[in-house]
Amino acid sequence: MRTLKRGLGLIVTVAVTLLGLLLVTFLIGRVVPIDPVLSALGDRASAESYEQMRRALGLDLPLWQQFARYVGDVLHGDLGVSVLTSRPVLEDVLRVFPATLELATVAVIIGAVLGVPAGVFAATHRGGWPDHAIRLLGLIGHSVPIFWLGLMALLLFYARLDWVPGPGRFDVFYEGLVEPVTGVASIDALLAGEPDVFWNTLHHLILPSAILGLYSVAYIARMTRGFMLDQLRQEYITTARVKGLSEARVVWRHALGNIAVPLITVIALSYAGLLEGSVLTETVFAWPGLGLYITNSLLSADMNAVLGGTLVVGAVFIALNLLSDLLYRLLDPRAR
Amino acid sequence: MSARADSPPLGWRGWLTTDTPRSRAQARLGRAWAGWTGFRRNRLAVAGLLIVVALVVVAALAPLLAPYHPYAQDLGNRLQPPSAAHWLGTDAFGRDILSRLIFGARLTLMIVALVAATAPLAGLVIGTVAGYLGGWVDTVLMRITDIALAFPKLILALAFVAALGPGIENAVIAIAITSWPPYARIARAETLTVRRADFISAARLQGASSLRIILGHIMPLCVASLIVRTTLDMAGVILTAAGLGFLGLGAQPPLPEWGAMIASGRQYVLEQWWVAAMPGLAIFIVSLGFNLLGDGLRDVLDPKGD
Repeated sequence: MRTLKRGLGLIVTVAVTLLGLLLVTFLIGRVVPIDPVLSALGDRASAESYEQMRRALGLDLPLWQQFARYVGDVLHGDLGVSVLTSRPVLEDVLRVFPATLELATVAVIIGAVLGVPAGVFAATHRGGWPDHAIRLLGLIGHSVPIFWLGLMALLLFYARLDWVPGPGRFDVFYEGLVEPVTGVASIDALLAGEPDVFWNTLHHLILPSAILGLYSVAYIARMTRGFMLDQLRQEYITTARVKGLSEARVVWRHALGNIAVPLITVIALSYAGLLEGSVLTETVFAWPGLGLYITNSLLSADMNAVLGGTLVVGAVFIALNLLSDLLYRLLDPRAR
Repeated sequence: MSARADSPPLGWRGWLTTDTPRSRAQARLGRAWAGWTGFRRNRLAVAGLLIVVALVVVAALAPLLAPYHPYAQDLGNRLQPPSAAHWLGTDAFGRDILSRLIFGARLTLMIVALVAATAPLAGLVIGTVAGYLGGWVDTVLMRITDIALAFPKLILALAFVAALGPGIENAVIAIAITSWPPYARIARAETLTVRRADFISAARLQGASSLRIILGHIMPLCVASLIVRTTLDMAGVILTAAGLGFLGLGAQPPLPEWGAMIASGRQYVLEQWWVAAMPGLAIFIVSLGFNLLGDGLRDVLDPKGD
């Protein structure tokens, strides 16, 4: 019964949050200094057809009714038509989203693989130089403009050292060779049985995902350190040491095992942050994902596309927040 | 007069560190001194403070420090590498990059100051009112805050600027609108810890209104943690503003905003790397300064942190 009540509460919270997000995008759409009637008809329209169009778009209704209509449209998957591509925004967003997902997924793996051990190391060397070094590195990581770091990395690793290929998802001669099935380039290449294309797209993925991943290393390391310090103070750790277990086993098995649950929620949260951070990274690396789609639409004042993209990123963001919350409750018996 | 005898005769330092301050001002200065001695021990934090002070000085004295006018074009000398005449090189219009960075410090400082003056204040008001009044006011305000916290900040700021039109003022508005919720949470948490304290009850029994208690007794107690959080957030504000500038949504050319300068150097990055590299270094140093300062302040003002 309690679980049911909590579950219901969670659903209400998510629904209210999503409604809030819709309200914000709706209001942003209202304050745009572009007259939607004129942009549909052109500025030579007669007063009569202007009025007709205004009514057809529902702009004569009171604001709350317009909002209700907007919510209804979004629930039916209608995010409007992009001026730039003249396709439904939802279709566009679904086409580009897998590229962002691919980038952010590899980035969060890099972040976790580097961040968790760094945090553990800092905690076991508390107050010593590794702790300070990792703290300082974290502060540095949070001070670098990510788009600038991307440009500098391209300059160094692509132009000067030639270790990685340039921007984009494939080399030019691999472009269009693989039929997009899932939209995730590396998986599509494997499905099509094209190992060359697979390696090529992996090479293209390394630099942008490393740059993006570095951003979450600092956060994951800091949280890991905090959780570990809490655990290392506990009595069961003393017991384990007294039993004669090796220090490595105490730290990596017992302590780390116990922070797995909060750690997973932290990683889920930083995954959400990375989806957002991909906007600037994708712009620098010409990565054809949602971020690049939003910025390209911004530059051509394509508000339907901008707001549709914002809505999708926001919804995924909220969903990941919720998922980390749910995971926490499912995996940690104390939180039930 | 006899009271004077038990004050330790140690000059101004003794006056500051005495256990028995004679006035409220002396007690406050003494506390500030104690904080400063703690802060001074943290070398990284002092480095951060120096960077922030340097930013303020450079911004204030920009016309005196800059060797050239920030808009002075010299097309014969475009894209020159760093040299004795142009320490950081010149950009695509032959403008001196160092001079533009120096004048750009004013824009960065302005953005930081405007956001720091608005978002934490809004959060402070919402958080203290919600925490002190409790009940349905608390529920409504915190539900709104939670909803706002769940939004992706950068993307919303992008959408706001897209709607309001590009420009530095709109970028500041967009950043401020998207960054108040954490402050409201902190202020509310602080308020809840003091709400039931005896001195608040005493003030209420003396007939002080809710407004007076919030303004006079609760808000001052929230300020310390808000200052820490604000300082740490300023690095993020600088990065967001630069990101908006980089995307062409913040300050517009020819304004020497650092993010926009990186954008204009982007097309030359593989050959004339300094055009994009120098403004990025400036952003990095300044936001590192705020991060180091905030980190040090957290240790001094908010020892609960770690």
